[in-house]
Amino acid sequence: MTGALGFLTREDRRWELLLFGILILTVIFNVTQSTNYVGVNNFINLFELSIEKIIIAVVMAFVIISGEIDLSVASVMGVGACVVAALHDSTSVPFVLAIVIAVGVGGLAGLVQGWCTAKLGVPSLVVTLAGLIGFRGLARILVEDRSIGDFPSWFDSLGQSGLIGPLPFSVIVFAAAISFGGVLLGRTGLGRRAYVIGDNAEMARFSGVDVVGYKIRLFAVSGAVAAFAGVLFAARLGSVRGDLASGFELDIITMVLLGGVSIFGGTGSMVGVFTSILIVLNLRNGLGLANVEANTQTGIIGVILIASVVLRNTFDRFETPAAETDPVAPNQKTSANQTPTRREHE
Amino acid sequence: MTATMMSRLGPDRIKELTLAATIFLSLVAFGLLIEEYFSGRFFNRITLGVAIVAVVAAGQSLVILTRNIDLSVGSIVGVSAYVTGQQLGEHPNMNVAVAIAFAVALGASLGLINGLLVAVARIPSIIVTLGTLAIYRTVLIDYGNAKTITADKLPSWLVDLPKSTLFSIGDYDLRFMFALAIGMVLALQLGMGRLRIGRQLYALGSNPDAARQAGLSINRLTVLAFVGCGALSGLGGFLFLARFGTITVTAGQGLELQAIAAAVVGGVSTLGGAGTLVGALFGALLIEVLNQSLVRLPAVSEFWRDAVLGLLILIAVILDAVLARRLNPGRPRILAGTASPGRDPAPPPASAEQQADSKTGGTA
Repeated sequence: MTGALGFLTREDRRWELLLFGILILTVIFNVTQSTNYVGVNNFINLFELSIEKIIIAVVMAFVIISGEIDLSVASVMGVGACVVAALHDSTSVPFVLAIVIAVGVGGLAGLVQGWCTAKLGVPSLVVTLAGLIGFRGLARILVEDRSIGDFPSWFDSLGQSGLIGPLPFSVIVFAAAISFGGVLLGRTGLGRRAYVIGDNAEMARFSGVDVVGYKIRLFAVSGAVAAFAGVLFAARLGSVRGDLASGFELDIITMVLLGGVSIFGGTGSMVGVFTSILIVLNLRNGLGLANVEANTQTGIIGVILIASVVLRNTFDRFETPAAETDPVAPNQKTSANQTPTRREHE
Repeated sequence: MTATMMSRLGPDRIKELTLAATIFLSLVAFGLLIEEYFSGRFFNRITLGVAIVAVVAAGQSLVILTRNIDLSVGSIVGVSAYVTGQQLGEHPNMNVAVAIAFAVALGASLGLINGLLVAVARIPSIIVTLGTLAIYRTVLIDYGNAKTITADKLPSWLVDLPKSTLFSIGDYDLRFMFALAIGMVLALQLGMGRLRIGRQLYALGSNPDAARQAGLSINRLTVLAFVGCGALSGLGGFLFLARFGTITVTAGQGLELQAIAAAVVGGVSTLGGAGTLVGALFGALLIEVLNQSLVRLPAVSEFWRDAVLGLLILIAVILDAVLARRLNPGRPRILAGTASPGRDPAPPPASAEQQADSKTGGTA
């Protein structure tokens, strides 16, 4: 268990070092590709264009560390934006209240999915896949094939906003979300419980952790944050359509897994996620500056997603041959295959 | 082990019958609500739509049975439809059998890539196929160069294929494509039930650990399931090409969701090892009936389609979880907190090992 608790193990540190190395390589690649890369404007652009994905990735890290997955985030983003747009378009609900309602709907969406996963025991993969389809459908019902715009000017400027002091708004949000998430994950009981549940849900339950309640709350938060991110995205775009943010789950899950969070739960750190977010953003940005099409970029992100898990598996195999020496279940270990995908449990 | 296998035949039949009854009831309900509901045109549109989804859903079921998932089938259908269409355009004299074989082989090789990444590189299938979903589509878009395959470039036998009818009763035609899909699913179902390899796939899905202890090659079976899924998706691509004629690089996008929905609604358990391909066929049929009928209700717009689909999947998986607990107390318990359900879609070897770990960890 020691390896899985909030304190970083040697392997996690090394993974982070590896990520920093990759990040530096990406930056060097970008600098050589385009002279526009090293400019303040481009740097602001880098964050501004992805801030929605980043704040969801922070919550997704908690979800995956606790052994679950949420595929529905992009669709819930769409629901959030469409709720705001539909309320703004056809009712006289005050705009701020519409945003609150949208976030509430997102939270409710997450609550339902969390309940199905934690209470009924349906795998989160399937529940949130149903959510991915169903909530996208809900978004479509709300705005149909219209494109709704004409938002209040303060809302538009929220998305396109420039600077607060010397720093752009989105960079501040990024820094705040990452540090808040990092402290929560690494330094509080709330974060520890995510590791314990992800490492061994049964043991967590016997240790008095309210696994069901924790997971339901986590999914609710994931839904609420996703809806809020959708609203932010709408602010940046200036208009809302039913297919808003579709396909974003690929980037978000890639950011988290590349950051060293194990898809099986129980390990990972916010520093890793922070670094991998920078890598993904820099890569997209650099490829964009090098005139690589958005479609090809998506393909490259797909390759990175697969590569990051292969790399992590290989990495773990060389770092800790723990399974062979695990004293608890020698019989099962010898009969099982010799490539542990996770590290020591006890 | 044999006892649970025998008793598992029970729930599968129950599921199939429940679905058939649901389809029948919804047909009766729509028939009462919509005037001239049972027209021949409507029947033909449904059977043609089902043909494509049912074939892809059968492939998806093979993968889900082994506790994996394949999100890339939509992209495989697209690649197969587009490339086969292009080849047919360049070689109009190509034989029917050669064209089908080409589409199937193309799909199978893409499935092989998925399978090797899951079984040999030990990456969870959800990650692999989320990646290849994007990668295959990207390769297709780059390859296609924004060109569209149009029906006038295709040989006439292919364009006429959706219309070709084995026999008709009044306005109701039994179309060749539908018959092909049904025949395919029934043959596969027979194989899954009777052949050794089919039983091995079920064994792997219901208990990977026991399957390994019994000397089954887990890796080979997993790869086989993905290759089968790819091959059937390739066939789905051929049917897609025949039905629509005009193929863009976005062909088949989103089909993975329909295929998974059909399989899951059809009673194929995402916990592995339970469900039938015939069930998946019924699932596809139910979804298609709802899709095509709901839009004809005055109160419902076409924008409801996805929401209904999502809800249907959710109901199906919840029913599956509840039924599994009721009917099969011997199955791995999936109550929250006793095991981490999120791990199930992991590649079987890793997943089995972890489950063994968590069990010993809890009782030690």
